Amino acid sequence: MLILALDTATPAVTAGIVRLSGPAAADVTASDVTEPVAEQVAARVTVDPRAHGELLTPHVLDAVADAGITLADVGAVVVGTGPGPYTGLRAGLVTGAALAHSLGVPAYPVCTLDAIAAGPEGAALVVTDARRREVYWATYDAAGARTGGPHVGPRDEVPEPVGRLADHEQPTPVGIVRAAALDVLAGREPGPLTPLYLRRPHAAEPATRKRVTA
Amino acid sequence: MAKIIMGIESSCDETGVGLVAAHDDGTVELLADEVASSVEQHARFGGVVPEIASRAHLEAMVPTTHRAFDAAGLSMSDVDAVAVTAGPGLAGALLVGVSAAKAYAAALDVPLYGVNHLAGHIAVDTLQHGPLPTPCLALLVSGGHTQLLRVDDIAGAITEIGSTVDDAAGEAYDKVARLLDLPYPGGPPIDKAARDGDPQAIAFPRGMTGPRDAKFDFSFSGLKTAVARWVEGAQGRGEEVPVADVAASFQEAVADVLTAKAVRAATEAGVGTLVVSGGVAANSRLSTLARERCAEAGIELRIPRPRLCTDNGAMIAALGAHVAAAGHKPSSLDLSANPGLPVDTVLV
Ligand SMILES: [Zn+2]
Repeated sequence: MLILALDTATPAVTAGIVRLSGPAAADVTASDVTEPVAEQVAARVTVDPRAHGELLTPHVLDAVADAGITLADVGAVVVGTGPGPYTGLRAGLVTGAALAHSLGVPAYPVCTLDAIAAGPEGAALVVTDARRREVYWATYDAAGARTGGPHVGPRDEVPEPVGRLADHEQPTPVGIVRAAALDVLAGREPGPLTPLYLRRPHAAEPATRKRVTA
Repeated sequence: MAKIIMGIESSCDETGVGLVAAHDDGTVELLADEVASSVEQHARFGGVVPEIASRAHLEAMVPTTHRAFDAAGLSMSDVDAVAVTAGPGLAGALLVGVSAAKAYAAALDVPLYGVNHLAGHIAVDTLQHGPLPTPCLALLVSGGHTQLLRVDDIAGAITEIGSTVDDAAGEAYDKVARLLDLPYPGGPPIDKAARDGDPQAIAFPRGMTGPRDAKFDFSFSGLKTAVARWVEGAQGRGEEVPVADVAASFQEAVADVLTAKAVRAATEAGVGTLVVSGGVAANSRLSTLARERCAEAGIELRIPRPRLCTDNGAMIAALGAHVAAAGHKPSSLDLSANPGLPVDTVLV
């Protein structure tokens, strides 16, 4: 199955086409089945935290063209839901949701930190930029399961890495698809495409009104 | 064959998706107009909180689109073009609509038109009253804008004649409502309270109407301060604030200045049609006074029904239909939202 992978939670604008194959839906409940295989067919990535809204759809179309397919060949969309500090995070999510809606295919959310961790085997600590002098981070065990996070906080609150340290990396299309592979292959109903905001919106209720007369 | 245009609006706190049919004879027909509002989430902050609005747009965008297609009985493959508000508006809010529109246009393989929100407020009138006679003047009044515009071509030639130098008219309503302990947004509760009041009870100032002031600009900041002073004075004397009279007198001052300047601008330009649109156009005193003064001056007045006056996707679809019919080149898919998009840029 061909999967469209999107992420806008880091400074990178990421779109890729990934071929996903693996155990049939009936087999995936067993833990000893063959691992799914995700291979990159085409990818377009630009590192520019202010260009998420501008470049994502052109990157999708370019990746589709590079892959020699059309959007109608895409069987599912997988989108990174952050955490990410950029307003562009929403560009990725709404793009994924609208593409999936118009193509009539499911759109699966994945935690962007999971997508970054879903690479080489082994334990990992994933750290990304949260701006405002803070970072997002999560920890993963040797089997790749998330054991802590995602958290947001100052760098000195992040634990010492056990295993691989992925420090300010961006997810690859293959990593994005791997993080959702079992759900996609099983044809499970996707969860909502809700960003992992981790922070409350900046908003203050108005104080008592100031008098204009002394 | 009619062309189906989908319109997406997300410049402030309303997520709007509209569908219109653009007919060969130039008329544009409303097929669906679905809006999801986050206004209640902003109420306790006394104004729109951009991050809250952006979050709400993301949640509402696809469900609102679903509802629009259901309401029109159309499927997505019927769409011939997608139009979207490219600006002006809140950056994070615009980004959601623009991103969605690009994805829909790409997936459906149809042209994309990134258009001006303010021009959309004028174009929406063609859904109700038919093709717009040009040139015409438009008075746009809402929580975000107060502008007097000359329209020579709704698809491309709009020029600003005047605008507010400080608060938008709708903002003044919100602030005065707060003074009077009325809910947010302030327009409807002030309008309601004013019904039982005397509009001549208090002589509030008419901003920017002096001989040396810009003829067609507006100012509501001084009016707002005058109302605050008056209310504080009454409170200081231990008197009960006559809410209805204050509301009616404030509303009279706003409607008086808006309509006087709009009618004067139309008369001086020799233009026979005035369109009044935007959220404040639904205000009863503004529409009554505009009707009286336009009739006196022999000017045709067009005010879209309240539902079309507030922000919605149908207005963007309507503008998209006019822009497409005029044969303008569609926007590029690397289109960016422009929070400060000038009013004379109808299509980006
Ligand atoms: Zn508006």
